[in-house]
Amino acid sequence: MKPGNLTRIITILAILFFYLPIIVVVVFSFNSSKSPEWTGFSLKWYYQLFTSSGYIWRTFLNSIIVGVSSSIVSVVLGTLGAISMYLGSKKFKQVMWTTTYIPFTIPDIIIGVSLLIFFTTLNVRLSLFTIFIAHVTFSMPYTMMIVLTRLHDFDKSIIEAAYDLGATKSVALRKVIVPVAMPGIIAAFFMAFTLSIDDFVITFFVAGPSSTTLPLQIFSMVRFGISPVINAISTLLLLGTIFMSVALRRYVRYII
Amino acid sequence: MTLKRKRSEVLSSGSGYEKYGSVYLIWLTIFFVIPVIVILAYSFLTRDYQGGIILKFSIQGYKDIFNLNYLTVFIRTVIISFISAAICILIAVPVSYYIVYSKFKDFLLLLVIIPFWTNSLIRIYAWIFILGNNGLINQLLLNSGVVNSYVKFIYNNAAVLLILVYTYLPFAILPLFSSIERLEKQLFEAAMDLGCTKRQVFFKILLPNIKQGIVSAFVFVFIPALGTYAVPELVGGKNSRLIGNEIARQLTIARNWPAAAAISSILLILTIIAVIVFIYGGEKRETR
Repeated sequence: MKPGNLTRIITILAILFFYLPIIVVVVFSFNSSKSPEWTGFSLKWYYQLFTSSGYIWRTFLNSIIVGVSSSIVSVVLGTLGAISMYLGSKKFKQVMWTTTYIPFTIPDIIIGVSLLIFFTTLNVRLSLFTIFIAHVTFSMPYTMMIVLTRLHDFDKSIIEAAYDLGATKSVALRKVIVPVAMPGIIAAFFMAFTLSIDDFVITFFVAGPSSTTLPLQIFSMVRFGISPVINAISTLLLLGTIFMSVALRRYVRYII
Repeated sequence: MTLKRKRSEVLSSGSGYEKYGSVYLIWLTIFFVIPVIVILAYSFLTRDYQGGIILKFSIQGYKDIFNLNYLTVFIRTVIISFISAAICILIAVPVSYYIVYSKFKDFLLLLVIIPFWTNSLIRIYAWIFILGNNGLINQLLLNSGVVNSYVKFIYNNAAVLLILVYTYLPFAILPLFSSIERLEKQLFEAAMDLGCTKRQVFFKILLPNIKQGIVSAFVFVFIPALGTYAVPELVGGKNSRLIGNEIARQLTIARNWPAAAAISSILLILTIIAVIVFIYGGEKRETR
């Protein structure tokens, strides 16, 4: 059955709702005036961003360091978790499922606050390392679920066949299970990376004074008011997001 | 025979694959389960005015937040989260239905995924840029002489609601999309063949069949909205402080950690109630 005109109109309006504000921000990143009235095309805000905004790039570097390291650890642990959940005993699955489901459902702010209190109680100094710990913690349930979805998609008898043909456990893991899970592992990595790069609330609580990440930096700039430099940063981040979304199109179904 | 034993060893219960998941479990226990228990414990300890706590039992943390002011914040948070989840569902059901049966399904899905993966702060900023006191629309109004001083479009509850819907709409569309996609197309064709109108198909066939999808879409918006911090902080007014803002204020400004822990514990309990009501309530109705 073809959806009616009303659903089409709602869809078009929803897409406009998504994109109009973003497009406005992108357009005004090329404005020559500081205030939001169009006075002519200019690249000066990008020039300012690239030449005299070292502090922003330092926060970007921090985000990349945390993003890459936390997603690697998160994917490795999440994949091993998914394999154990896929092949483990029923009772074990139940434990895994509960441990995964709870952090998945509770609001991020609770994870942030509880880790802040936890680190402070143990006298751990807040730094990039505490952000790394927090990011692995909140992204691991996602990476586990994504890899598990991929594993559930394929026929378990292939693993049985590997054993029948004499494969040992570690051979089966390296030659059968991991290759089969690979699309899920890739999707999981990028999901974890995106979650890490975007996270504001959890990082807000576990970051120390010298470990500002890009979202924390953007937050303090936005709080200060509108500025074309934020428009320029937004445009660049958006380009990155579009590029990644297009490149990872075919992995999307492991995420939703 | 050895082969047979090996195979049953690895694939039946207690296969030894559990050890692969042990690091995952230990990590989440240390950095999630224990910290959450620590929060619950903190809410019953004595406040240290330096920030932090003294190891002495006290319910002062709960007493500090037992007033009309906090009750209002809690009720406001639940109402705003509920309304934004409801609006998201109202938009997301027709949109995901349209996308599933569209010729441009992949492209439209991509258009939903991009905002889903776009940094939430720059999406909030976009609205501040447009509606803020020094924003685009105010600039237009001032320049054209329609108004003499800026109009306050944001810094109120309506702005918080608008931007929560804007932020979380993809969270509602994606689960609904996958639950509609799983439905058999023939279901709709059969209904049409038997004389149903499009309207009837939508309300009598589609909606009852995606009940579980609607429930999870609702939870995906409602629960993050309960804990939201950045949105009310950036576009809310004096009367739109939500639970998240109060937790942060108690932690960083008031330095009353037991109170912050008490608010967090209540938020945790609210979340658990929401999950039980929506998920388990939804399942029960389904099986009946």
